[in-house]
Amino acid sequence: MNAVEMHNITKTFGDLTANNQVNFTVAEGEIHALLGENGAGKTTLMRILYGLYQADSGEIYLHDHKVEISSPNDAIKCGVGMVTQHFTLVSNLTVTENLLMSERKGFLLNIPDGRERILTTAKKFGIPIQPDTLVKHLSVGEKQRVEIFKALFRNARVLIMDEPTAVLVPQEIDQLMETLQNLRSQGFAIIFISHKLNEVMTICDRITVLRDGEMIGTVNKKDVTQEELAKMMVGRETFGISRESRKEEQQQIILDVKDLSAIDKKGHLALNNISFNIKKGEILGVAGVSGNGQSELAQALSGMLKPKSGSVLFKGKEISKCTPAEIIKVGIGRIPEERNTSVVNEMTVAENIVMEHIDEFTDNGLINKRKIMEICEKLIADFNIKAKPGDRIRTLSGGNMQKALLARVLYRKPELIIVSQPTRGLDVGATEYIRLKLLEQAKMGAAVLLFSEDLDEIFALSDRIAVIYEGRIMDIIPSTKATVEQVGLLMAGASK
Amino acid sequence: MIKFRLEKHSSPYWVRIIIPFAAILVTFLITSIILMVSHVNPIEAFYYFLVEPLSAKASLIEVLVKSTPLFLTGVAVSLAFASGYWNIGAEGQLIAGATAGAGIGMIVQGVSQWVGIPIMIIGGFLAGALWALLPAILKVKLSVDEIVTTLLMNYVILYLVSFLLNGPWKTTTNPGWPQSPEISLSTTFVKLIPKTRLHIGFVIALVIILVVWFLLTKTKLGYQMRASGIGRQAAYFTGINVNRTILISALLSGGIAGIAGAAEVGGIHYHLIEALSGGLGYTGIIIATLSALNPLAVIPSALFFGLIETGARSVSRALGTPIHLGGIVEGMLLLIILGAFLFQEYRIRRVKK
Repeated sequence: MNAVEMHNITKTFGDLTANNQVNFTVAEGEIHALLGENGAGKTTLMRILYGLYQADSGEIYLHDHKVEISSPNDAIKCGVGMVTQHFTLVSNLTVTENLLMSERKGFLLNIPDGRERILTTAKKFGIPIQPDTLVKHLSVGEKQRVEIFKALFRNARVLIMDEPTAVLVPQEIDQLMETLQNLRSQGFAIIFISHKLNEVMTICDRITVLRDGEMIGTVNKKDVTQEELAKMMVGRETFGISRESRKEEQQQIILDVKDLSAIDKKGHLALNNISFNIKKGEILGVAGVSGNGQSELAQALSGMLKPKSGSVLFKGKEISKCTPAEIIKVGIGRIPEERNTSVVNEMTVAENIVMEHIDEFTDNGLINKRKIMEICEKLIADFNIKAKPGDRIRTLSGGNMQKALLARVLYRKPELIIVSQPTRGLDVGATEYIRLKLLEQAKMGAAVLLFSEDLDEIFALSDRIAVIYEGRIMDIIPSTKATVEQVGLLMAGASK
Repeated sequence: MIKFRLEKHSSPYWVRIIIPFAAILVTFLITSIILMVSHVNPIEAFYYFLVEPLSAKASLIEVLVKSTPLFLTGVAVSLAFASGYWNIGAEGQLIAGATAGAGIGMIVQGVSQWVGIPIMIIGGFLAGALWALLPAILKVKLSVDEIVTTLLMNYVILYLVSFLLNGPWKTTTNPGWPQSPEISLSTTFVKLIPKTRLHIGFVIALVIILVVWFLLTKTKLGYQMRASGIGRQAAYFTGINVNRTILISALLSGGIAGIAGAAEVGGIHYHLIEALSGGLGYTGIIIATLSALNPLAVIPSALFFGLIETGARSVSRALGTPIHLGGIVEGMLLLIILGAFLFQEYRIRRVKK
């Protein structure tokens, strides 16, 4: 029996058609992927199913019964649960208290009874839950599990997972996959929203592809390849780019890091005697499970974190004690992992683009607006940013915001580019564009330090791969000689 | 059943413009209830409140007189808030400026007013900036919350004034209501219209508003202030010296509030009294909020508050309501406008059932 049938769903927002006559069916005991680029209409469709939006036209059937869902409350009553990337848990309450919060019957709160029921349900579904732990003490993966459990606890039979792996580290992804497979075997219908092909191929039974609000098709996993899916998703053949092999040449060392150690905000040793160098025209990829010191290393080299000891030489000049202003001045371009730490959301695209080099757009202390507009219009055209210079930057999509950041840094032709998670959360088109830009910069002679949790990205772009684990560099391997297994082992802390 | 839901939604530009006006309207509707409870006809009351003061030349000028210090405290607070520095101390900085003005007025004598008045203004500015200095340094060096420290400094200056008026600057003119000696003619602010209280401070205040507007929108420093204000981390990341920027903003803000104090002494009172301000600095916070931190919008906002303060007296005279009606309207307006700003980020949607 089909758990969910959505017929001819159409939803428009003003001029934009987010879903156009979409048909979507999920069977019981199935993990069904909803695949598409950012803005393809995946989330809109699911928000309609969960009652956050109302469709302009179309019908929804759950277990063969026609339903009207006009609020999440209705959806929950119909047995639909949704787990978003942003968790709705109160961090200083326990798991039990969080789960009982959504129950709306009775006046008195019976914690011991609720705790019992939670444990029973947990046992029934085979999901480990620690009922007495404060939510703030849970890891991201555990919080997500509580969210999933919350839906089950409210008797959901259909579970919508909105890009569930985006917030997880690799081990947590494995655990999530295990949980989902377990639920599938118990007859749950699971909708898995994603734009990551490999995940979809690993876990899902069927895949529905959306593009620009249209349903492109539903396919069985065993009948398709990643390449075919990619083609359905982006509507073109080419997918993925990789580094041209380049000759080993004796090039000038641009960045030379020696015995760098640093303490993080919590007082832990985040970087432990790190040493490496990057030559002109070289891309050094730093691979590692998130939280092993990548952020701190990027911050230390960007002037945002003062190292405890060690030296950082940029073209022979010591920069480990420099402020961000000084780092910018010597010609280092930085693209941090959190876009919000480098753009002022409420300011315009133009104001953000010139922020690092405002002195050049200033005459006697006065802002030269004409000069700013000239450069911004040029960069917007060059980098294919879909925005006007006067738009507030927060109104841009992730991909366009990243392109704007890239434009801000790259038009200066920096000799060293420090870039963290450049394509995280971006769709295939923007990802490809940004990777090409980084390769182009290296070709033009820039040294690039690339931090990424996406191993494909590391392998596609890097000349050499450094693996970081618990604040130490485990090894640095030329990418031509490196294998995924080898890097994976090093990331997990296995010794050479 | 009709249900409503609040959902996050960035409002179109016109909503941002309408918000202050809508807030004013709602404030008056609620005030009407209070008026009716006190057996006063609201329509009559609002006539005396908002229309009557504008109908006679004398009270019209009085509105401008009342607005003068509010222009300055309003723009002072706007400048600080726009830079992300929550200066609650305009009140104290204004009194510091007034104290300096009274002191200068006692010392500077026998020179032209064109020399004396600039000295008053500079003195007021420096005193206000000085009073803003300690919280600003604590903020920049030790991240001490400026909301607390600037507020506390307001009380410190009151006791300092009390000390001066009952000690070194004691006069016998008005026992029970201590005041400092009268300032010299050289430091008395020139009247804009003879035989009224409207003085040159009004023009100076408008010029300062224009200067602040220019600073914030056209200069590099202003750009850096705005960036530090709404995105401190990003501002630091992109090489802006955030601490220096905030320090400058805090001192300028204090200085401008200080000028307001010096102008009150030089143009209105001619001596220092303990009750010189009575909340002009705090009203500046409401004005800045009503203006959405836009310096130019401070002009109509402050005029409106000048009208409220004048109108409260006129209602009181005509209908016997307490003079505190003005304060009630001001306080209510702040609460409602803060609530109304929610509509910049959210909208209410009807849920079909």
